[in-house]
Amino acid sequence: MTHLRSKSTLTVVLLAGLICAAVAQQRFPPPDFGPDYQMPETTTPPPQAIWYDLTDLAVLVTALVVASYLTLKNRNRNYIFLLMVFSLVYFGFWRQGCVCPIGAIQNITLALFDSSYSIPLVALAFFVLPLAFTLFFGRGFCAAVCPLGAIQDVVLLHPLRVPLWLQQALGLLAYVYLAAAVLFAATGSAFIICEYDPFVSFFRLSGGINMLVLGGSLLLIGIFVGRPYCRFLCPYGVLLRLMSRLSKWRGTITPRQCVQCRLCEDTCPFGAIDIPTPQTPDAVRTPDRVRLAALLMLLPIIMLFGGFLVSHLSTPFSRMHADVRLAERIYLEETGQVEDTVDESDAFRATGNPPEMLYQQARSIHDQFIRGGWILGAFLGLVVVGKLIRLSVFRRQSDYQAHRAYCLACGRCFASCPVHLQTLKDKEVITTIKQ
Amino acid sequence: MAQEQIDSKEISRRDLLQGGLRNLCLLGVGGAAGLLIGRSRAQATVWQIDPYTCISCGNCASYCVMEESAVKCVHAFAMCGYCDLCTGFLEPEPDAINKGAENELCPTGAIKREFVEDPYYQYTIDEKLCNGCGKCVKGCNAFGNGSLFLQVRHDRCLNCNQCSIAAACPSQSFRRVPADQPYIIKEAYHAG
Repeated sequence: MTHLRSKSTLTVVLLAGLICAAVAQQRFPPPDFGPDYQMPETTTPPPQAIWYDLTDLAVLVTALVVASYLTLKNRNRNYIFLLMVFSLVYFGFWRQGCVCPIGAIQNITLALFDSSYSIPLVALAFFVLPLAFTLFFGRGFCAAVCPLGAIQDVVLLHPLRVPLWLQQALGLLAYVYLAAAVLFAATGSAFIICEYDPFVSFFRLSGGINMLVLGGSLLLIGIFVGRPYCRFLCPYGVLLRLMSRLSKWRGTITPRQCVQCRLCEDTCPFGAIDIPTPQTPDAVRTPDRVRLAALLMLLPIIMLFGGFLVSHLSTPFSRMHADVRLAERIYLEETGQVEDTVDESDAFRATGNPPEMLYQQARSIHDQFIRGGWILGAFLGLVVVGKLIRLSVFRRQSDYQAHRAYCLACGRCFASCPVHLQTLKDKEVITTIKQ
Repeated sequence: MAQEQIDSKEISRRDLLQGGLRNLCLLGVGGAAGLLIGRSRAQATVWQIDPYTCISCGNCASYCVMEESAVKCVHAFAMCGYCDLCTGFLEPEPDAINKGAENELCPTGAIKREFVEDPYYQYTIDEKLCNGCGKCVKGCNAFGNGSLFLQVRHDRCLNCNQCSIAAACPSQSFRRVPADQPYIIKEAYHAG
């Protein structure tokens, strides 16, 4: 709260300074040319009309509905692919990748933590709608609506199987990314998901060399490893996985009873098909129980350790905030540790604000990073232990099934299932008989 | 799958838990959305430069995600002194006060100088040529009335969620403004 108040004081001081500066700047009185002179207008071309945003929203909803229908009812990979290409063209190349639900995480966070920020309703809708759809119909959004998923899906030519341990370990990166994005957005430091969006430079056909290299290497990896960004990095995917675990309906490999033919086993490039568990005698599972108990005991310790670790990174983290960087620079200049000045410090001195105010602001931001670090570190500890616990819990499974959370509903496995093919044939027969 | 269908009339413990959690999630997402809608002024925002704090460092020309920056120089004619020796138009020590390219400050020749009446000249910006480097702005602010200034042109701006120029702006002059007041046009303050 004090942080906000100091901000508003800063604005008042700034405004007062500006008015004085503007008065002082009027060095040459504007001439009076008389009635014949037509003074040119300062043009102000308006921003995109609101219906533009509403069109995006309408396309998003339509695409989500169609994706849900295709993955649950129609079950035709070709149509899913077509919808995916449409989304790639529309949300990617035409709308140039902004606004997207992944980035909207940060708008939501900033709006929750900074009451002066008014979130655009489109960003809010883009965040909420795919989550709500996933909660009912599974990850149709990932399959065919998200342009970031689509651009990786079209380059997936030669999928290799990622070992399970590596897949599970890499999956934790997304949680770290999400936690960092929330921390930096909540403190008003940066929108890192947008700054490091790997594919936006492809959508815009321009961008910095770093982003092109990052995006390019992800696409290169994506030829062999299915959708590396979606599976291992996407912070929105963390939320979607959670929603998908709870979803009411979801895409299945077989439309009816699994016949255990194993034909689908190798069709999933994302490692999202669970195979039937072997029959294990109870005695073999005793070590699992011991491990589970140990993990539960360790949980608070690991959470505390995580909080301790991340909160101690507050100093480097807080440098993501422009005010902290500026305060450090001003401090160096004030104490004579550096001779020259930079654009930032010149601009600060031009405002005439006392450095103490800036230092105080920087300290308050640093404190926010310490608090946020504890919370997020504990969260990451919980995630790691949660993952280990899930690996220790034995769950009997008798059929080949799409994984509740990891299945991206792309529909690649449908055509491999003989039961699915038989269903299609039956339908054909029925239609011919009717005719 | 079929097994589930057969048993579907009986609600298993897992189904019950999942259903409960699902409703909880819906409530959470919906609640957060409702809270934010309540707080939101239901208004889209766009990025704009505060011309009063802008130090015309030149980052606008190079940090925009577009090949040609969405930031351009604009002219508040009501503030302009129509100077013959315009420090926004001319190099600091020009060979002559005329339109010669060697005397012009603008690297792309985007400023048009037209005679109005002795000794006054009118300066207009050709936006197609302007690259938003802000050299003229710096010159005009240093010795003139400061009537030249940089603005995000919304017919060009993609309105990125995080403006890349804003992230690189040394004076933190970029901010989100309501979309129905998308420009901050400098105004003359007459002292008397």
